[in-house]
Amino acid sequence: MGERILDVKNLQIDFHTYAGEVKAIRNVSFHLDKGETLAIVGESGSGKSVTTKSLMGLLANNAKIVGGSIMYHGEDILKKSEKQMQNIRGKDIAMIFQDPMTSLDPTMKIGRQIAEPLMKHKNVEKKKALAQALEILKLVGIDHAEKRINEYPHQFSGGQRQRIVIAIALVCYPEILIADEPTTALDVTIQAQILDLMKELQQKIETSIIFITHDLGVVAGMADRVAVMYAGQIIEYGSVDEIFYNPQHPYTWGLLNSMPTLSSTDLEAIPGTPPDLLDPPKGDPFAARNPYAMKIDAEEKPPFFKVSDTHFASTWLLHPDAPKITPPDEIVRRQAIFAKMQANAN
Amino acid sequence: MKKYLLKRILYMALTLFLVATITFFLMKLMPGTPYSNQEKMTPQQIKIMNQQYGLDKPVWLQYIFYIGGMLHGDMGTSFQFSNQPVSYLISSRIGASAQLGVQAMIFGVFFGIIVGSVAAVYRNTWVDTTATIVSIIGKSVPNFVLAVLLQYYISLKLGWFPIADWGGFEYTILPTIALGVGPLAETARFIRTGMVDVLNSDYIELARAKGLNKFGIIYHHALRNSLIPLVTLIGPYTVALMTGSMVIENIFSIPGIGEQYVKSIQTNDYPTIMGVTMLFCFGLVLIILFTDIIYGIIDPRIRLNGNED
Ligand SMILES: Nc1ncnc2c1ncn2[C@@H]1O[C@H](COP(=O)(O)OP(=O)(O)OP(=O)(O)O)[C@@H](O)[C@H]1O
Ligand SMILES: [Mg+2]
Repeated sequence: MGERILDVKNLQIDFHTYAGEVKAIRNVSFHLDKGETLAIVGESGSGKSVTTKSLMGLLANNAKIVGGSIMYHGEDILKKSEKQMQNIRGKDIAMIFQDPMTSLDPTMKIGRQIAEPLMKHKNVEKKKALAQALEILKLVGIDHAEKRINEYPHQFSGGQRQRIVIAIALVCYPEILIADEPTTALDVTIQAQILDLMKELQQKIETSIIFITHDLGVVAGMADRVAVMYAGQIIEYGSVDEIFYNPQHPYTWGLLNSMPTLSSTDLEAIPGTPPDLLDPPKGDPFAARNPYAMKIDAEEKPPFFKVSDTHFASTWLLHPDAPKITPPDEIVRRQAIFAKMQANAN
Repeated sequence: MKKYLLKRILYMALTLFLVATITFFLMKLMPGTPYSNQEKMTPQQIKIMNQQYGLDKPVWLQYIFYIGGMLHGDMGTSFQFSNQPVSYLISSRIGASAQLGVQAMIFGVFFGIIVGSVAAVYRNTWVDTTATIVSIIGKSVPNFVLAVLLQYYISLKLGWFPIADWGGFEYTILPTIALGVGPLAETARFIRTGMVDVLNSDYIELARAKGLNKFGIIYHHALRNSLIPLVTLIGPYTVALMTGSMVIENIFSIPGIGEQYVKSIQTNDYPTIMGVTMLFCFGLVLIILFTDIIYGIIDPRIRLNGNED
């Protein structure tokens, strides 16, 4: 993979609320290399959106960055002023939102909405910007673009609107594209089209993607690497094959188990609920829902154990002294496939 | 669209007819006669006068004559204002009222939008609190109280503007403020609520993600979207300005329609009462139609639906 363009270290974010400090992001570290796609997966409320919003400097007013750094081109994004961030947003780092039905301005023609970042960042005059908007509109696969560029959002379907949102995000050829659940609100068939489009455009525009989802199913075809988030922490990360076929954390097992595949028919949602982030547990946050939990899980947070050069997991099960346990059948099946893949590679 | 307009105009005519009818009969129920010194008149004189003005005929016949005249554009002759035709009375006075109304509307809406937007952008700060207090005061203090206060402090004490009467632009300023503060307060409240919603919407977040600055976001995205609900206020504004003008024009001695209306009611000047009522009513139905058209211009979602009809 290419050079490292983004390096997040020990990020900690609290939200000030009436009930107290919500510790939404607790020591999150990850990085992004040029041209790759990193998927961040996790249940609702695990902190995926907060993490990505911090990259854009778009956190809510009640957010407080307690610690950490986000290095981008050798500079810490967290130390930048709002003015400096405005010059990065939409130009170097762009974002696609979850709900295409609400993320376009209903009173502005879509051409103008696509042209806006160009006018802002590239100092392009309106006419030229609209011409470029037309090009990108064709690129994202809107038919009759010449005519449709003068239409308003309500004249487009959900899938088309998400294509328009993608056009807005890509019009300045950003270095990093953040897609926060870009297909969750769409039909399955449309989902696949949008994902294909993103992959295709990633090649053309040479952008790196941070792909947020709570659905592991869409990750497999999309991502190079995967980070699994739980209760404001990353608990396991590795290449897409390592996470899918050699997962180590019981939470990752749970996610994979609750994912529909061809061979498994009985889906199991992970029982229980995530911990209260107002007062997070001091040990492994997943302990309360973990059938394999040990005494130490309740007392001490597990460090990251190295599985391979690219694969790390934060679970005491990887400690040399941990008792050997047998993962769920589905995971055993996957690990067998992984062993075969390893053997074939060698 | 054409069919739609035609239908609307038909309804407007029907509304006007109903208002004319109801007003006519209600007016006849008002106590008193048009004669200010009836005690001193002989029955003979009264009879002659009644004949002259057609008041000797049965009410239903008077009604038919009146409607008939209206259809020919004849609104009758005023009993009080030196026997001038009502149409002339109205046309000679409408200028002052219209100028005052338009100025008050522009003043109220313009500053209302500014106050409301600023309050929304700086919501839950002292700016917002101040704006809220100002709009509550503006809404709850009756405009005649405000008018008198302005006359006392600004004209009498400071001597900045004339206390009353109608002349150049400087004469219009105090009445404009007195009349416009109500709409201003209402606009500010509306815009604030609307804009707080809009500022929390996804498309504003997307606008921020584009790297737009605060001004660009407010001006290009938030404002237009928060203006949409404001359109519903145009009707109530008009009513407020019409009723307000009756009081304000009297206080500031402005020779407008409102002042005339009040006088005509006080003196049972039937043709003038009818004429001005019909004028106000016509203005109102026209404004309601206009509101619906504006809606379509401001909100593309509605525009399209209108075309499909
Ligand atoms: N402005 C805020 N004030 C208080 N708490 C917040 C705020 N924003 C987010 N949180 C909390 O931070 C945690 C992480 O939220 P986040 O939106 O990142 O979740 P997510 O992983 O994106 O979930 P989803 O899949 O539902 O989008 C949640 O517990 C949420 O309640
Ligand atoms: Mg989210």
